[in-house]
Amino acid sequence: MTDAQPKSGGAAAIKRMSVTERHALHKRWDQSLNTLAINVPYISFLGIDFDRRGDELTAILPFQDKLIGNPFLPAIHGGVTAAFLEVTAVMTLSRQYLWEKLENGELDLDRLEKGEVPRLPKTIDFTVDFLRSGLPRDAYARARISRAGRRYASVHVEAWQDDHTRFFAQATGHFLMPQKRV
Amino acid sequence: MDKVQMARQFIEAIPHARDLGLQLIELENGVAVITMPYDKKLIGNPATGVVHGGAVSALMDTCSGAAVMSHPDAPGSTATIDLRIDYMRTATPGDTITATATCYHMTRSVAFVRVTATDNDTDNPVATATGTFTVERPR
Repeated sequence: MTDAQPKSGGAAAIKRMSVTERHALHKRWDQSLNTLAINVPYISFLGIDFDRRGDELTAILPFQDKLIGNPFLPAIHGGVTAAFLEVTAVMTLSRQYLWEKLENGELDLDRLEKGEVPRLPKTIDFTVDFLRSGLPRDAYARARISRAGRRYASVHVEAWQDDHTRFFAQATGHFLMPQKRV
Repeated sequence: MDKVQMARQFIEAIPHARDLGLQLIELENGVAVITMPYDKKLIGNPATGVVHGGAVSALMDTCSGAAVMSHPDAPGSTATIDLRIDYMRTATPGDTITATATCYHMTRSVAFVRVTATDNDTDNPVATATGTFTVERPR
């Protein structure tokens, strides 16, 4: 879908929009990206939700018993924590990437809204630091794109629970950006 | 009850491991083999049906922890300090993914693990990871 012929409009058309039109576009945009996430079975399986405020995306992992990795503590499974961080990193990176595609007219919002899955960044490697055990309650994560190149991107992501200043896990990953098919 | 049996029971008592359908195949002297059957709920790309990398991470983390627990100098318990996963290729949809973890070194407080995940094409790993784990000595 992202490889479609550039349409007229794109960034210029978005700039020409009125405040109301732009607001409506962002609403459609958020909804179609949430649909994109919900349509990924593994994201739904973990129960991950997203909340965008301005340009900041927060991923939420509501606690469920099935996420427990150590029933004696109890604590969230390290694999779940790793997956949560990775989903957050990919979603943050994808949003930026897809928005650029929308601006340059290569992404068709109608098709995204219909649930068509565009090509997304692929994880090359992902390194997780487990700083403390994940408690049996909701967790939150935010990612920062350290570098977004044409081919590779580097993303750092941090997760916390009750106290935003005390991360329970952090990770850095490298991603392969979708390449134009030659 | 021996340590291997204890580790097996420990793994089977993990709610998330049960939910992923993880099965402990082998567990001996710091080596663990665990399988994860293909399941639609683990799909990461609905267009292709490929399993999400996160599910493979969860499998490799569990398998690494099991390898640490089964080491001859076994700790009483363990927790992941860090895990670096390299994704080589997507797993073939429908294939069971098998993780093989080796705890190749253990100090008084740290265990070092290497783990490989493969699908039916066992010559070409889907992912590999290296991790460090805490060594909790029983008091």
